[in-house]
Amino acid sequence: MIDHPSSRLAAKARRVAALIRKELRQVVRDPSSVAIGVVLPLMLILLFGYALSLDVKNVPIAVVLEDPSFQAREIAASFQLSSYFETRVTRSIAEAQELMLSNTVEGIVRVPADFARRSAQGDATVQVLVNGIDGNTARIVEAYAEAAVAQSGARLAAEGQADSSAGGQAVVVSQLWFNSANDSRYFLVPGLIVLVITLIGAFMTSMVVAREWERGTFEALFVTPVRTDEILLGKTVPYILLGMVGLLLCLGAAKFLFDVPIRGSVPILLTLSMLYLLVSVAMGLLISSSLKSQFLSSQVTLVVTFMPALMLSGFIYDLRSVPLTIQLISYLVPARYFVSLLQTLFLVGDVWSVIWLNAAILAGAAIVLLTLARRATRKSLS
Amino acid sequence: MLAYLRRIFALIRKEVLAVFQDARTRNMLLLQPVLQCLLFGYAATLDVNNVPYAVLDRDLSTASSALLAKLDGSGVFHRIANLTRADQMKPLIDTQEVLIAIQIDPDFQRQLSAGQQAPVQVIADGRNSNTADAALGYVSSAVESFNADWRSDHGLPQPPIQVVTRAWYSPNLETRWNLVPALVGTLTLMSTLMLSALSVAREREEGTFDQLLVTPFRPVEIMAGKAIPAMMIGTVQATGALLVAQLWFRIPFAGSYPTLYVGLILFLLAAVGIGLFVSSIAATMQQAMLYAFVTIMPFTLLSGLATPISSMPQVLQYFTLINPLRYAIDLVHRVYLQGAGIDQLVPDLWPMAIIAAVTLTGAAWMFSNRIE
Repeated sequence: MIDHPSSRLAAKARRVAALIRKELRQVVRDPSSVAIGVVLPLMLILLFGYALSLDVKNVPIAVVLEDPSFQAREIAASFQLSSYFETRVTRSIAEAQELMLSNTVEGIVRVPADFARRSAQGDATVQVLVNGIDGNTARIVEAYAEAAVAQSGARLAAEGQADSSAGGQAVVVSQLWFNSANDSRYFLVPGLIVLVITLIGAFMTSMVVAREWERGTFEALFVTPVRTDEILLGKTVPYILLGMVGLLLCLGAAKFLFDVPIRGSVPILLTLSMLYLLVSVAMGLLISSSLKSQFLSSQVTLVVTFMPALMLSGFIYDLRSVPLTIQLISYLVPARYFVSLLQTLFLVGDVWSVIWLNAAILAGAAIVLLTLARRATRKSLS
Repeated sequence: MLAYLRRIFALIRKEVLAVFQDARTRNMLLLQPVLQCLLFGYAATLDVNNVPYAVLDRDLSTASSALLAKLDGSGVFHRIANLTRADQMKPLIDTQEVLIAIQIDPDFQRQLSAGQQAPVQVIADGRNSNTADAALGYVSSAVESFNADWRSDHGLPQPPIQVVTRAWYSPNLETRWNLVPALVGTLTLMSTLMLSALSVAREREEGTFDQLLVTPFRPVEIMAGKAIPAMMIGTVQATGALLVAQLWFRIPFAGSYPTLYVGLILFLLAAVGIGLFVSSIAATMQQAMLYAFVTIMPFTLLSGLATPISSMPQVLQYFTLINPLRYAIDLVHRVYLQGAGIDQLVPDLWPMAIIAAVTLTGAAWMFSNRIE
């Protein structure tokens, strides 16, 4: 019998389709797969969209008003009226320090007793004490205190009560490009897509494949006429589909729930997401085929893929500011390139130099990882 | 009573052996928290200290170069381009070569000398608005410092009111002092919860759990046999992370170790309770793992680790009340950085005790009532 190429191809396609069907059935039947494919993305969307915000609001602070003068009360009032703070006015510093020690307040603004007298002379001080443990909040309290005091100083000057004669000064006029409203969702939501794809692609695949190794069903597959590549294909396609569901959920939420603009082209965004999904799946395959234990591969996958996607991808923390060694390590994290792509495609547009560079690196990573995964699967047979 | 203890001890031994017989698992459990603590202690900083910038100086005066000298001398900014046209800015920002671009108008010095306000235009890449905000903050303080110099050089009075700031507990407002102690709780939560969730699920999957149930062990003993080894491993991991914080990052420890460990053990009890409860509803290891993960995610994100709880919506702030990690992070911060004593920690201790009691009881009930 002559083995016709097209019939060989048809047989191959049929085998892969059968494997995919089996895997898909398993996915649909197991409630935990639905949990990770649908519930987890939804949960992350809601958490990232609504819960996580680095914008500071309602910080409890104490204002110590030792000076009952009008100017002093004006400074206290500017804190009371601000939505950044929840202010408690106390009369003595001891009382405020007590509140700070018990963590009831995060900062103290102290207007000393001689404030009005000294501000007339032009050398008054306002003391700000912050709880340095949360450096971010502390800086905001500090910056706000400076702004409130500067305002009040300017008003005093305008009313001719203090001598701050019109010296020239440089003032900063700033523009925040790509996110003029300074909404932290604009960078959290694209980052969320990276996390969801990493989770579904790598974590899910590595769990499933490790289970087959643990139970010995993988070896059973090898004695069938199905080839290694076909097995790998059959294993990955369902999770790529599941990842697409998660991706579409995230994109929908970004656009319709959180009004994050998508300034680049959507087909490019989808194509590159598929590419990153492939990279994640390959990492999951490689880890599970090398370790062959569900507990180990789930832990390793978490540490090697998910945590770096959160911490070392530049999604929250700026990679330019970390020590050189960590920067070098971050170049090994595929999520880094995808974060760069997503932030650009969402907020800036199709910047081709950014797209080509990062897409090429991701494609290279996909090829290398898939080759390694294939080898790890084959080798383990012998 | 003695027989009771002996039985539990035998179970613990069996469990520890099961986890530690595999060298790879052993290494991973012991090394993973230390490595993550090291890596993330360096990576997770909201401070910026390396801002590449470009400048379009149209004034080229002594004033404008004094201002730029302030930026260059701050140690934060690195000038990578001197531009000649405004349209050179966009490509540099689009390709992320610079984080900010500064433009100084031709009459900068003239305006200053005339006693007017002289604008300095700053464009920041808002792709990560948090980083951009931090960089803009540094630009403002450099400009403030330039203004102060200008005033004193020209015999002008300083502004009438000064703000004097002091930070308690972490004088330089370093993010790392906040983050690394918080990681002690977060990393141990992740592995103890998963470990305890999987230990029962593994026996279920392999069928040995049914065998355990027909032995003379009572469900409570079986649970203690699962909980105590996981807590022991958690304690070792927390110690590893604490050592990294102190010996590597040199973050000064202000409190007492017994206090810290009392708190941590209560926290581990709550974490293990949640893990066992998860494993009591899961049929396979995969399910246990995924349910554990679905639990860990919100616990980690809503713990105050990354973002302040006071900025969260009210509904979610209520949710954080059942989150053991929230109390653990607060507790470690207070003991580690503030040196709080046990009496000050009561608000953190009793919620963790309640969480532990509820989840452990729930898990015990599920184990004794769910035998398929």
